[in-house]
Amino acid sequence: MSLLTVSGSPHLHADNSVRKIMYGVLISLIPATLVSFYFFGLGAIIVTLTAVVSCVVFEFLMQKYLVKGPVTIFDGSAIITGVLLAFNVPSNLPLWIMVVGSFVAIGMGKMTFGGLGKNPFNPALVGRGFMMISFPVQMTTWPKPIPMNTQLTDVVTGPTALGVVKDGVGRGEKVSELLPQVPEYTDLFIGNMGGSIGEVSAIALILGGLYMLLRKIITWHIPVSYIATVFVFTGIMWLINPEVYIDPVFHIITGGLMLGAIYMATDMVTSPMTPAGMLIFGVGCGVLTVVIRLFGAYPEGVSFAILIMNAFVPLIDRGFKPKRFGEEVKNG
Amino acid sequence: MKTFKIGGVHPPEYKISEKQPIEVLSLPETVSIPLAQHLGVPAVPVVKKGDKVKTGQLIAKGEAFISANIHSSATGTVSKIDDVIDDSGYRKKAVIIKVENEQWEDGIDTSDNLIKECNLTQEDIVNKVNQMGIVGMGGATFPSHVKLQVPKGKKAEYLLINGVECEPYLTSDHRLMLEKSHELMVGITIQMKALGVDKAIIGVENNKPDALEKLSKLAKEFKGITVEPLKVKYPQGAEKQLIKALVNREVPSGKLPIEVGCVVHNVGTSFAVYEAVQKNKPLIERVVTVTGSNVKKPSNFLTRIGTPVISLIEASGGLLPNTGKVISGGPMMGKALNDLNVPVTKGTSGILVISDYEAQRVSLQNCIRCAKCVTICPMALEPYLLALISDKQRYEEAEENQIMDCMECGSCHYICPSGRPLLDQIRVGKANVGKMIRERN
Ligand code: SF4
Ligand code: SF4
Repeated sequence: MSLLTVSGSPHLHADNSVRKIMYGVLISLIPATLVSFYFFGLGAIIVTLTAVVSCVVFEFLMQKYLVKGPVTIFDGSAIITGVLLAFNVPSNLPLWIMVVGSFVAIGMGKMTFGGLGKNPFNPALVGRGFMMISFPVQMTTWPKPIPMNTQLTDVVTGPTALGVVKDGVGRGEKVSELLPQVPEYTDLFIGNMGGSIGEVSAIALILGGLYMLLRKIITWHIPVSYIATVFVFTGIMWLINPEVYIDPVFHIITGGLMLGAIYMATDMVTSPMTPAGMLIFGVGCGVLTVVIRLFGAYPEGVSFAILIMNAFVPLIDRGFKPKRFGEEVKNG
Repeated sequence: MKTFKIGGVHPPEYKISEKQPIEVLSLPETVSIPLAQHLGVPAVPVVKKGDKVKTGQLIAKGEAFISANIHSSATGTVSKIDDVIDDSGYRKKAVIIKVENEQWEDGIDTSDNLIKECNLTQEDIVNKVNQMGIVGMGGATFPSHVKLQVPKGKKAEYLLINGVECEPYLTSDHRLMLEKSHELMVGITIQMKALGVDKAIIGVENNKPDALEKLSKLAKEFKGITVEPLKVKYPQGAEKQLIKALVNREVPSGKLPIEVGCVVHNVGTSFAVYEAVQKNKPLIERVVTVTGSNVKKPSNFLTRIGTPVISLIEASGGLLPNTGKVISGGPMMGKALNDLNVPVTKGTSGILVISDYEAQRVSLQNCIRCAKCVTICPMALEPYLLALISDKQRYEEAEENQIMDCMECGSCHYICPSGRPLLDQIRVGKANVGKMIRERN
């Protein structure tokens, strides 16, 4: 008789794997990718491909020659980092900057901590933070959307909707005077505005988020608490003075909020483990985002808000334990 | 439909033997009857080498409070009292009997006649259950007479009967509920009398509609017994989860069900109580499911205690060539065997035979902090954390994080996308924390 395997229970394993989860995330990114290609054309395609290829290649090289461990580039996580990194930059970003950004995202953001699962910060945001600081001009030159553009011509660039309002208010202009300079709200919702490649279309991002919810890749806690906090906080400011602070709907459909709340903040590796912790995390991201948007130097604060909250995750995990079974006895 | 609230998983059910009626398995040439088939102190043998024993004769006495009597499951000669490997993989003392022509001990009613009336007092019932060596047959093997005595200062309100059979593959309780429904009901009535309760609820998952229907109909004839369909979810058969599902009460950490006025018995145990009290028959046989992708004919056998596992597998058509693992019990909590001469004991609910391919573990990766294990842990623990700190030998921290509340249901291990051996690590942690607590006291 052949030898029997002896191992501890359980002897059954669910039909899931890291790879399945990661490819689920990638599928959910399809709508947002298509919308961005539609509005930003060939430039967006090339930048995205560059980021994906660079991330995968850098991960391969580091795993093979530095870590000398197993190569796991096919688990899909490097591809996700690439796509999300590209989603966070303008479509006319010089490709060499994209390559450098990918190197930092994978190297400093992920591999240096021991690879997928051990990184405290979202790798794509580490890459983006680095690029924002090192190449502020290239990172904030936003092409205006041209539907179905197949040319790689020099496109017209301009500030994002958030930037228009921030600069205007900074110069002492009234919000009501600035509103005509930003796209219609329906355009903002669909994604017809200047901005980073993947952040523009709220509707496509929400669609992707719903898919991930359905597949149980994410839970509602972080996106909902994040977006709700931004809405409430900016809403209060708007009620106080609508000529200085623009309305909350504008805040939630512009900038990187949807992308951040649905894809960046929900990164399972760098977010808390319990529902209560996730809610606190979402609220923290929301508050920080608004504080940076309204009172900080940058018009947008999503990336830094999430990075800061990433750093608090170990503390949150310590403080917010699940309510144990039998802890509070309610009998009847 | 009712179920427990926190966590839980839903593995594929694979109840491939559910339509197979219970068959009586013929006796092997020798039976090895371990002296420790129950939780607590092993029984002390009262026979010696060379003694002739009859079927149902007492061969070892449970002398401690938490212990159980052991009876001979066959007629024959005691060939030796020696160590055998049991399903834990350890060597345990057992009485080994060479089987001869069957002759039952006097006073045991071996007929199929249903006896409904029971005029014994509470005390007599408990004594009878004690004498006949009845233990929990769902797997925990806790001596039943202890559970039937309500401790001073506590009051039992409900008797809950576990007919959940939430482990995939297993069908022994299912078949028993279908084929011995009347006996089961009488057994439950007797247990109610012993406990002094007037309410009993049988919990059955709704993947067994035939059993639910049959028992519900029959329950109308028995005072105080109701049948409750439960949503299929693992581990609903765990005591605390079953209590939560049926009466919405939470047993506090480290406490027993009686704390919330409940006593839980398995359907197999209830049937054994019936036979003990009404037929004077000790616990010498049980229904064992033989199942899995690597047995030819999945079956349910009425098996004498002490029968080697290999006999059951042979009766189901033998091992297929690419067999990878043989498990005593279900796939979630069962124990993998490395020796097929291991005897069936009072707690053996099934023998599961799976292929090489199914026996492989998923490839191991870092924990990706997906929080799945936290979400599904029915005790609301943090398995990823318990595994991590157990591995780092930070046992104080493990105790603070209530590692001792882990019931080893395996759900965390089952669900983990990174294939982390969570329960393996938690078990080590539990053993060490347990030792630490014992040394402290
Ligand atoms: S084995 Fe323990 S830690 Fe894992 S899910 Fe079950 S009770 Fe929770
Ligand atoms: S299920 Fe596995 S990968 Fe997910 S948090 Fe738990 S241990 Fe980590």
